[in-house]
Amino acid sequence: MSLSSDGPKIMPDAESAREAIETESIAVRRHGPFVHLRERWNELPRQAQWAWLLIVVAIAFALPYLNFFPLTTEPGNDWPIACFSMAVYALVGVGLNIVIGYAGLLDLGYVAFFAVGSYTAAMFTSPDSPLAKIPYLWTLPLAIAITMFFGVLLGVPTLRLRGDYLAIVTLGFGEIVRILATIIPAMNGQVGFQNVGHPPGTDAHGLPVFVVSNGTPWYWLTLAVIIIVLLLAGNLERSRVGRAWVAIREDEDAAEIMGVPTFKYKVWAFAMGAGVGGLSGALFAGQVGFVNNQKFDVQTSILFVAAVVLGGAGNKVGALLGGAIVAYIPVRFTAIADYKYLIFGVVLVLLMIFRSQGLVPAKMRLLAFARRAMHWVPPTEPKSAPESANATEGSAS
Amino acid sequence: MLELVLAAAPIGVAPTDNSWINFDFTALFQNFWSATFDGVTFGAVYGLIAVGYTLVYGVLSLINFAHSEVFIVGAYGVVVTLLTLGFGPNAPTLSPVAIIGDLLLAMIVGMIASALTALLLERIAYRPLRRRNAPRLAFLITAIGASFAIQYTIFLIQGPLGGPSGANAMPSVTMFQQHPVFDVFGTIIYDVQLIIVIAAIVLMIATDLFIRRGRTGRGIRAVAQDPDTATLMGVNRERIIVITFVVGGILAGAAALFYIMLVPSGVIYNGGFILGVKAFAAAVLGGIGNVRGALLGGLLLGVISNYGQILLGDAQWADVVAFVVLVLVLLIRPEGILGQTLGRSRA
Repeated sequence: MSLSSDGPKIMPDAESAREAIETESIAVRRHGPFVHLRERWNELPRQAQWAWLLIVVAIAFALPYLNFFPLTTEPGNDWPIACFSMAVYALVGVGLNIVIGYAGLLDLGYVAFFAVGSYTAAMFTSPDSPLAKIPYLWTLPLAIAITMFFGVLLGVPTLRLRGDYLAIVTLGFGEIVRILATIIPAMNGQVGFQNVGHPPGTDAHGLPVFVVSNGTPWYWLTLAVIIIVLLLAGNLERSRVGRAWVAIREDEDAAEIMGVPTFKYKVWAFAMGAGVGGLSGALFAGQVGFVNNQKFDVQTSILFVAAVVLGGAGNKVGALLGGAIVAYIPVRFTAIADYKYLIFGVVLVLLMIFRSQGLVPAKMRLLAFARRAMHWVPPTEPKSAPESANATEGSAS
Repeated sequence: MLELVLAAAPIGVAPTDNSWINFDFTALFQNFWSATFDGVTFGAVYGLIAVGYTLVYGVLSLINFAHSEVFIVGAYGVVVTLLTLGFGPNAPTLSPVAIIGDLLLAMIVGMIASALTALLLERIAYRPLRRRNAPRLAFLITAIGASFAIQYTIFLIQGPLGGPSGANAMPSVTMFQQHPVFDVFGTIIYDVQLIIVIAAIVLMIATDLFIRRGRTGRGIRAVAQDPDTATLMGVNRERIIVITFVVGGILAGAAALFYIMLVPSGVIYNGGFILGVKAFAAAVLGGIGNVRGALLGGLLLGVISNYGQILLGDAQWADVVAFVVLVLVLLIRPEGILGQTLGRSRA
């Protein structure tokens, strides 16, 4: 698609032919280092896939105990807490991937939803807040509901317009939430909220399980949440909604013409992404135990975007991995921790130029399916048909 | 459980004390004219930055997110030049001619710094994507990545360049002693305000003439209108795009000088973001893609956010008000006040 697609095209046939070649070459390029892995994965029977997944999940749950040399953090960073922050970033990645990866909308203020979730958890559980107290676990669904509301509030005016507007409006929103947290006294500004609540439960000694200093139970909780969100996101991806999102991402005008209510589905994507952001914010607030206005800056938003893009926009496993990497690199290599923003900024530019599909490319199964469907249609011109059918087959494989 | 949540909701809405937001109309009426003139002055700066957004949008249909960093680099150029020339927190004791010469030099350095940044940005970040016909999302992500990279490059090199280390703002630079010139409606107008507004208007008229009259300007309008046909008619599209970025950069460099004139200690590596959002809001308010709209939008936005700040009682409300204006414009009239785009504007 040319950037300026308004005017008439020069030689429409040549143009479309060139575009077709380019689409094919992109499709070929989307095959990354994981392509063979994915092919073999897809060939496995369903039971074997589940068995492997169980092993992966078991390893993931054991991660806080895999505290040895090549993996562990450098001195000064607690490994279980690093695991927790990786999990939170991974959850953020999965949520933001719904917005950026599936629906193709750029949200540069995702940290605002994260902040709204954190503040929800803090203000309904912290003794510093004037609000009524509710148990911590109840703040998780509440945080989802409130952030989804904000998502709709922000999405409705902007999603009717081109995607660029959404990007800058969300960028502004991220900053506004921080400013509001500073000026509204009920939100305690820099003083913030101490002693944010935590889930119930005590160990053998009668001490609470979920404490600020121990990242492991929080990591397990977050991991469980991630698995639930991944299952839900996977179902969404394969549903009518998911297909609508992919259609919008690939060509919004075409989707609209084919009868996809694009605005509705964009608002849905945005609201759902926001909801997951709020959920991760609430978890983060619980572990850290303290929320103030200093933690939610634009930089963090861009790190979130970098996580999704690095991992592979449109692929939930990629987004998960990207989130974990973005959180892991600064604690593993503390020497470069000061440069992390510079590094991830440069990485974003380089990725877009050289490998826009990220580490784990989006599944092109849907698109490939459409391409295969092309030659089920009976050819209209018998002469040129075999050639074109061969071409499609060749490129789809 | 749900009842508990519902019962908590009204308490959440009502603030604990009422001082954080007030609709202080008496304050607004008392300071109406000074707020207006201050707003116009800031608005002129927003307008100059907004032209950068508007021009690039007109030609490429792309929001250049990194334009705020183009501005910040210019601001560093200005501050570093002035510090080298011996300016400091106190007004200099030089002859007016020397001050004007120094300021002009600083402005030129700022313009060159900004224009070079814009040029490099176009070459390194955008051109490879354009070659490849990348999707729009790729441009946005590149822009934000580049913006981030520039910000943190400044952050890392500002110490060695004689600036502060770490996340501190550059030292304050006062350019000259402000003098009252005359009063209007009982409000004193300072020479700074006059200089900024007049200079901004002159620069905007020059830009407008450049786009409407000159050969290059015709090229810009042609590419904005229809890139393919323009190319067939012999317009060098790549050259036009580069010129567009450079013109936006030059104006951002000028805006940097005026901004520092207003806020002497306001230069910080990440200070561009919110200013960029404001300038973008100005561009949208006036009609994005429209050069005259950028100035109009900038002035209006400056005035509105200043009123909002006085009415609501805290300086930080200015940013919130500007943001709300942006969302309202997008909701009610997304094409902006003047509404016409660069391509459709008549010669």
